[in-house]
Amino acid sequence: MKRLMIVLLLLCLPLEVFALTADEVAKKSQTAFLYPGKDFKARVMMKLVSKGGQERVREMTMLRKNYGDAGGEQKYFIYFFQPADVKDMTFMVYKYPGKDADRWLFIPAISMVRRIAAKDKHSSFVGSDFTYEDVSGRNLEEDSRSIVREEKAGGKDCYVIKSVPKAEDMDYSYKMAWIDKSTFLPLKEEYFDKRDELYKVFTAIEIKDFKGFPTITKRSMKDLQSGHMTEVSYTKTDYGIGIDDSLFSERFLKQPPKKWIE
Amino acid sequence: MIIINAARCLLFLICFLMLCTAAHAEDISLHGFLQGNYSADTSAKNPDGGNFKLAEERLQIKLDAAKDPLHLLIKADGWYDHVGKKWDSELKEGYIDYTANTWDARIGRQVITWGVGDLVFINDVFPKDYEAFFSGKPLEYLKKGADSAKIGIYPGFASFEFVVIPLFTPNHYPDSQRFWMFDPMPGVTDRTKEKPGVSLENTEIALRAYRDIAGFDASLYYYRGFLRQPSMKPDDLILPTKLTIFYPKLSVYGASLQGKALDGVLSLEAGYYDSREDRQGTDPTIPNTQTRFLVGYQRQLWEDFTIGVQYYAEYMHDYTAYTNSLPPGFPQERRLHDLVSIRLTQFLLHQTLRLSWFSFWSPSDSDYLLNPEIKYNFSDHVWAAIGGMVFGGRKAWSQFGQLDKDDNVYMQVRYEF
Repeated sequence: MKRLMIVLLLLCLPLEVFALTADEVAKKSQTAFLYPGKDFKARVMMKLVSKGGQERVREMTMLRKNYGDAGGEQKYFIYFFQPADVKDMTFMVYKYPGKDADRWLFIPAISMVRRIAAKDKHSSFVGSDFTYEDVSGRNLEEDSRSIVREEKAGGKDCYVIKSVPKAEDMDYSYKMAWIDKSTFLPLKEEYFDKRDELYKVFTAIEIKDFKGFPTITKRSMKDLQSGHMTEVSYTKTDYGIGIDDSLFSERFLKQPPKKWIE
Repeated sequence: MIIINAARCLLFLICFLMLCTAAHAEDISLHGFLQGNYSADTSAKNPDGGNFKLAEERLQIKLDAAKDPLHLLIKADGWYDHVGKKWDSELKEGYIDYTANTWDARIGRQVITWGVGDLVFINDVFPKDYEAFFSGKPLEYLKKGADSAKIGIYPGFASFEFVVIPLFTPNHYPDSQRFWMFDPMPGVTDRTKEKPGVSLENTEIALRAYRDIAGFDASLYYYRGFLRQPSMKPDDLILPTKLTIFYPKLSVYGASLQGKALDGVLSLEAGYYDSREDRQGTDPTIPNTQTRFLVGYQRQLWEDFTIGVQYYAEYMHDYTAYTNSLPPGFPQERRLHDLVSIRLTQFLLHQTLRLSWFSFWSPSDSDYLLNPEIKYNFSDHVWAAIGGMVFGGRKAWSQFGQLDKDDNVYMQVRYEF
């Protein structure tokens, strides 16, 4: 009888006890979205579309390697194919949890490697609607978050997470994210400004599986205030390709190895 | 003679390798641009009476070919110069790369950039074209290719670059027909140029060793060669009739550090300029030994806005010997020559519009260079820039003071393919 009572009591407890917390969802989402695999490679096509419909294209190979667990250090290596005025440029980032990243840019016309002083939060990545932070992630401790509700988005069961930056220095006051319960990938994100108005929308358009890692292979970021939009698509996506540590060096920034960038 | 023959053989070998690479390349790409570049005087006509420092249309072809482990690059310019009224061409770069596991080599004409300065060069001892910069050409034209061989060695604990330059290339300074410049002996027109000839002894060598030290990019440098800025030796100091323009022997020992600090990027660089032909400092025609140093700081203040400031100084050694030997009537330099630079860059409209400001100001010489510029990318293929070069100063012979009458506005338009 006693045992039955305990079982009944447990059944009466709110479901949330067994469910994930908002922070756990965010952590799983970070792992699935920004840290899958030991390393990663994709040919990235960025289409920047102005309000008037004028298109600009940024084409690059992006290579990433993780050092440690999700949320830990990462290194990025980016080689630009297009447009013509940045062809052969390379860009390297050492990203650290909890402190500013180190960044280097190689400018082939003058054969010069330079460190770049840029802040993740407020810098557009190559003029697109994505910031550096959108590309390489944000420290989880910088936001407080809650699960607002659970609902379907694009036919998938999702957690709807509201994230509020703890510091005042962000462009948005809060962000709503629809996180797929099965893959933990963000299917949609909405950014609200200080006046509580929706101004930026992220959408995962296409998701494919590579070596067991579900990957957003097509995504867009729309700026509702300016009408500008950026669409990003991945091709040649791969994981666990065995990128050497030595790739992330001045030597290869100046002479990117064909086997990695093609 | 042996050296010259060896150089010829090497050149032949390079050309042969280039042809082989191009012929068997798995991967060939052809790019380049068409460019119009014009620069009009705003404060005075040129010394030759012209109104333009620069007016040209230029085509650049860039050919890349690769077949592992070789890579070939040829970058060549052809242009029509409206000021000089002539067609011209130049091989900007032409080299072949060989890449092995822990080392690589690049042989041919190549641009090499060392050091951490922004338009201030201490350990970047490679050839420059100041006329290009002062007359409003795109910044890449400030750097000239050096005919050289560069070996990179990467044993893991550090990286090394070793450069051998058998053919001396001087810096290119503004042309006296187009630019007003200070000339200490304007009456002497009999002038001969003496470039260091090709010999084993005159072969320049440069070495750089670099690695990460506590999150900072640290480099050590060594150079043995010649000052690329010419000196003038008169046949007689009091009553000169003939001038010999030559390039004094120079060695440089230097170091640099660059890394994150104070929410931005901090750069430090220093170099000891050993004037090997005038170690006592008693020859007034040769610059004395100097110590040069640089402190730079760069930071992003708000979205797409970056500020960069630098302090650079040249400290002359054996200053008393210099002042004692200086002939009467010659301008006397200070022991310390310094420069402060400011660079402001703001990108707008999704980084298609760039507003920039660069300026030098010398506290010791009270002279300046101001360079505002607006650049707009009309599309992924077409951009244009309009800017100004303003010079001035109290003394008619100082670095920027002598260019007082050379102010110009320039325009660059480029179609890239």
